[in-house]
Amino acid sequence: MDILLLIRDIASIALLAVGVLFVLAGAIGVIRLPDFYTRIHAAGVTDTLGAELIVFALMLQAGFTLLAAKLLLVGFILFLTSPTATHAVANAAHRAGLNPLLSRHQPPHPRDTETGEKS
Amino acid sequence: MIYGVSLSLVLAVMWWVLSGYDKITLLAFGVISVVIAIVLVLRMRILDRETVPFLRLHTLIPYYIWLGGEMAKASMAVVKAALKPEIDITPRLVRVPVKADTDLARCVFANSITLTPGTVTVEIEEDAYLVHALDTSFTAPEGFAEMNLYAARATDGDTS
Repeated sequence: MDILLLIRDIASIALLAVGVLFVLAGAIGVIRLPDFYTRIHAAGVTDTLGAELIVFALMLQAGFTLLAAKLLLVGFILFLTSPTATHAVANAAHRAGLNPLLSRHQPPHPRDTETGEKS
Repeated sequence: MIYGVSLSLVLAVMWWVLSGYDKITLLAFGVISVVIAIVLVLRMRILDRETVPFLRLHTLIPYYIWLGGEMAKASMAVVKAALKPEIDITPRLVRVPVKADTDLARCVFANSITLTPGTVTVEIEEDAYLVHALDTSFTAPEGFAEMNLYAARATDGDTS
């Protein structure tokens, strides 16, 4: 019985770690990407895969209880509402006339700009 | 009729899961609230397959599991593109044609596009969606056509 609990804990910790990594990557993406529409994609990683993985990890921690059923509902509602919210924000920007950046975006490496400033 | 029965069942289960009560008086309150909700829905005449999509769960659940796999793959691609030391992306705004018989299938398809990281449905038109993609690698028309086919099949069955 103990070994099963151990496996469950390891699985849930692994899911939590991967979920947190995706949330962090999404946050870094929001800072690094160039314009509003591309930043939405980075935020999307956070609120779809990152949030779902964390909810699943918490479900494993809760075990076979009512709490797990509630968490399942939370995950389900997130799954349906987060793309709707993303679409609402993107559609609002589009209707307000914000034009997306459509050219190739390739900023120079920070190393090169730094040496440029020094010289 | 079948919609009313399945909606009452789902509401009753939901009430019990969210409250967790097992006393008979409190459960009676739950039954009363389910009856009130059903009466309201009947008076509003909105009881159809769009308000009660639970009857298609046997095809929708496998579809969303497939979509989960697609989401994981696309997430890896977006994270890679956003975390590379030298960012190199070419964002695109593409028009994706939609083949769907019902509004529910169109809705599921648009939601699936937005749910997949790297693509966001920006505008909904009569027979197409305007989709913003993070990079040209996310705009493969075959990928959208495949997702459209699966979404329509999961919501409407094999009617086409």
